[in-house]
Amino acid sequence: MSIAIRRRVQLVVLLGPVSLFLAVFFLGPLAIMMVTSFLAPGLYGGVEWTFYPHNFGRILGFADPMFEDFDPVYIAIFLRSVKIAALTVLAALLVCYPAAFCIARLSERWKNFCLFLITLPFFTSLIVRLFVWVLILRQTGLVNEMLLSTGMIARPLDLIYTDGAIILGMVYVFIPFMFMPVYASVEKLDWTLVRASLDLGAGPIRTFWRIILPLTAPGIVGGAIIVFIPALGNFVVPAILGGAKVMMLGNLIEQQFLAARNWPFGSALAMMVMSVMLVLLLVYVFASGRRGADAALNR
Amino acid sequence: MQDSIVRLEGASKAFATPEGGSVTALDAIDLQVRRNEFLTLLGPSGCGKTTLLQAISGFVELDGGRILIDGEDMTDRPPYRRPVNTVFQNYALFPHMTVGENTAYALEVAGVAKAKRREQVAAALKMVGLEGMEGRRPRQLSGGQQQRVALARAIIARPKLLLLDEPLSALDKNLRQAMQIELKTLQHELGISFIFVTHDQQEALTMSDRVAVLSGGRIQQLDTPRAIYDRPVNSFVATFIGASNLFEGRIDGDRLMTSDGTEIRYRRTPSTTSGAATALIRPEQFFLADAGEPSPTLDVDLEAIVFVGSTFELFGRTPAGRKIVAEIPAGRRSLIGEIERTRRARLAYDPAAVHLIQPCAEA
Ligand SMILES: Nc1ncnc2c1ncn2[C@@H]1O[C@H](COP(=O)(O)OP(=O)(O)OP(=O)(O)O)[C@@H](O)[C@H]1O
Ligand SMILES: [Mg+2]
Repeated sequence: MSIAIRRRVQLVVLLGPVSLFLAVFFLGPLAIMMVTSFLAPGLYGGVEWTFYPHNFGRILGFADPMFEDFDPVYIAIFLRSVKIAALTVLAALLVCYPAAFCIARLSERWKNFCLFLITLPFFTSLIVRLFVWVLILRQTGLVNEMLLSTGMIARPLDLIYTDGAIILGMVYVFIPFMFMPVYASVEKLDWTLVRASLDLGAGPIRTFWRIILPLTAPGIVGGAIIVFIPALGNFVVPAILGGAKVMMLGNLIEQQFLAARNWPFGSALAMMVMSVMLVLLLVYVFASGRRGADAALNR
Repeated sequence: MQDSIVRLEGASKAFATPEGGSVTALDAIDLQVRRNEFLTLLGPSGCGKTTLLQAISGFVELDGGRILIDGEDMTDRPPYRRPVNTVFQNYALFPHMTVGENTAYALEVAGVAKAKRREQVAAALKMVGLEGMEGRRPRQLSGGQQQRVALARAIIARPKLLLLDEPLSALDKNLRQAMQIELKTLQHELGISFIFVTHDQQEALTMSDRVAVLSGGRIQQLDTPRAIYDRPVNSFVATFIGASNLFEGRIDGDRLMTSDGTEIRYRRTPSTTSGAATALIRPEQFFLADAGEPSPTLDVDLEAIVFVGSTFELFGRTPAGRKIVAEIPAGRRSLIGEIERTRRARLAYDPAAVHLIQPCAEA
């Protein structure tokens, strides 16, 4: 047996199980979803086996197959979901980026301790943690009670069931996902480069924009993607902290499957979310791939 | 106009150690660097060389004392407002910028127009022998080329002073020697003062106008390379630079008597006092005495003789057990053969070449 053939056999043996797993449990459902999205909804749930592209028409805002009434309600939900996910990314970044610098400067022991603290929330249930936020934010919650008792406000504030509450909850949930990649690149930052910049006459602000930010950008972009994608499809946080008032893509899809029992439309929505994410990821991979190739060239 | 470009007055710095104590990195240093001078800081590891450079560039805040650059007090100025640039040991080139952008950085920061910048970058790169490399990335360059970019980047804005912290230590020997010469030439062309840090005494002696020997946060001696080699002010400097034979003893007329009875002759000068002193004889000042040699001599028992090319190094002991090292030109093969047979040598020296280190001169 030649080395090349042996290599190939090895590769098949090593990658076999994972490929099989992905094929059965990822590509399979994906294919089912894709097919479903082109079928008509059944009267009492389930599907009718006829070709029915109108699910996508509905997403675009045409309420019936005749393309007459135009009401882009789903586009609006999509856009507000994108807005909330983007704000979540931004807020998480504002929290994590400075924190990463602080933690990177600590001694080894404190560093590890802080990293442990950041992963600590994973040890309890997400639902439980979100309900704690309900207790804090609701009209008779901790914050309102405190503000009322100090007399700073006369009536309880509407804190919960707002976009702000959703963003707060999302930031809370996704902080570890933002922190890890950001921290990884901040910790790697070579401080002699910062010194070199100061030495060459650049003040702290210019040094930040020209040296620190570009060199930590990979972590920022990575963290942004890792947070943006699940934030866009998240339905737990809007369900608990957004109440019935705030509809996001995740809730919408969940609703189509569980409450409205319109699987084809739910599938179509899910397909749309996925394709948006795919495009984003491809852009990222393409950009970083070029950078990677650049780096490989420069080695 | 002052003739010194940099003045340190009583510059002091101590660092706290994790154990709760403190290390004195700079011990009330007074130093003046002249215009257009190539000054080298030389000293053992941990003696404060880097700290001294960083005090000048502004990255280390002094506990006491002042720093003046070109007559202006810089003590409380941040690094980015000092007319000083540094060549870092690991080059510290910005990896996300091209060679051209790296080189132009100081100009860009200073707000020089783009066309002018490009012109100056081309000139600076030409100066360090990297013409036309503007578009490359630092990673695409060899160590020596990166070193040159770092140099071009540091000189492009014409600082009043260039600081170089062991810039050559990562290069191999041949490249190092080539760069030594280039640095020296460059300094001459630019007319900028250089403060250069090195571990390598050969480098210090060949490149510098003056050398400052540091130890324990103090300047032990600041003088020309020759003076430092020929007339060290204390035994630390004498042993740190070059090989040496030191004889501690008491002055007695025109000779020095050590406690083990060795007698060293020297030529008295008006400044010679009496009392305790140390005589220095460099290995190459010994020569093999022929019969009837008029010069004073030392008899040694041979321990080893090593051929190093142009010379033989001869290691021996006096009858009293004192170690002696001598360097004999390789031309005297017949005498060497004789010494190897008898295992004894009579080493002569010129009393005028003996340097006397007197305690009053020691710090
Ligand atoms: N940031 C710091 N914190 C604590 N101690 C320091 C710090 N920087 C330097 N020191 C101490 O100050 C002393 C002088 O250090 P410095 O780096 O100036 O030595 P150096 O002469 O440059 O040595 P080398 O030749 O090894 O580079 C050393 O004892 C060092 O341990
Ligand atoms: Mg150092």
